[in-house]
Amino acid sequence: MSPRPEDELVRRQRERARLMAWLLGAFVILLFFITIAKIGLHR
Amino acid sequence: MTPAIAQPSLPADWRDLVALTKPRVMSLVVFTGLCGLLAAPVVLPPVLGFTAILCIALGAGAAGALNQWYEADLDAKMRRTANRPLPARRMERQSALHFGVGLGAFSVVLMDLATNHLAAVLLAVSILFYVLVYTVWLKRRTAQNIVIGGAAGAFPPLIGWVAATGRIDLLPALLFAIIFLWTPPHFWALSLFVRSDYAAANVPMLPVVAGIRHTRLQILLYSVAVAVAALAPWALGLTGTVYGLAAAALSFAFVALALAVFANRAEEPGGMKPERRLFAFSILYLFALFAALVADRWIAA
Repeated sequence: MSPRPEDELVRRQRERARLMAWLLGAFVILLFFITIAKIGLHR
Repeated sequence: MTPAIAQPSLPADWRDLVALTKPRVMSLVVFTGLCGLLAAPVVLPPVLGFTAILCIALGAGAAGALNQWYEADLDAKMRRTANRPLPARRMERQSALHFGVGLGAFSVVLMDLATNHLAAVLLAVSILFYVLVYTVWLKRRTAQNIVIGGAAGAFPPLIGWVAATGRIDLLPALLFAIIFLWTPPHFWALSLFVRSDYAAANVPMLPVVAGIRHTRLQILLYSVAVAVAALAPWALGLTGTVYGLAAAALSFAFVALALAVFANRAEEPGGMKPERRLFAFSILYLFALFAALVADRWIAA
């Protein structure tokens, strides 16, 4: 039995939202370490 | 203009977004960019080096996504590309456009933040060159598409070097030249044994326009040019013996395989073993040559 289109839509939206949250979190952490490294370079 | 393709209603699966970035092509881009960074005389803090390579990868992914957005109609006509997300109708074309533009802009801004303006400008130029000059302008118009368009793929080691040093020197310019000259024989070897695909899609690749014999001659000539460019860093005293020996051995093999292609008389893909061998070896050639460069520079340091 194939999933209903609405179920598939919600599943994909959730999957993408979760992935986006992880990527945003990783980006914030990366920016933090870039800032620390740049401060170190300019000392 | 590209004809409209029926649009699906579901949002794109993230795996298809990844597929848009052409991950297999990206691996070579990332590797050559990393080698440019590691061969540079300035050592970046690891997090900045990582970010520079990440930006090169994301920039290449953006260029790949925009290429697939523009070429959805061509991809649908070729067996090799028909299962990509857009021709297979697993994604809306507009999603691919937004994804490509967003990813490209993000990679350039992040490169500027993490390294320097020149590296960010070069990254932007490489993305625009691939999308506008190669994909939009040249690919459907001239058999020289891959010759000029190949410059886009030659940027990564230059960007890696500039990210570390902030300037363009002779060695990264030679690395650019090596990839620039390597691209035509690499793609022409492939286009010989998938010639019918390109012909069906009306892409004027050299074997389609000028014939198999002429393409084999061009492959040989460019292979000799690649060998000269590969030996230049050593001949000019920019690298040591390790690189010189590796470049000589690898280039000898490259030219020997190109000679086998030139000597081949087969017209059908089934008889094109020398072309398949050259195509496979050309990938190994670039990996090994750049790895030897980094090893040589580290030994010298």
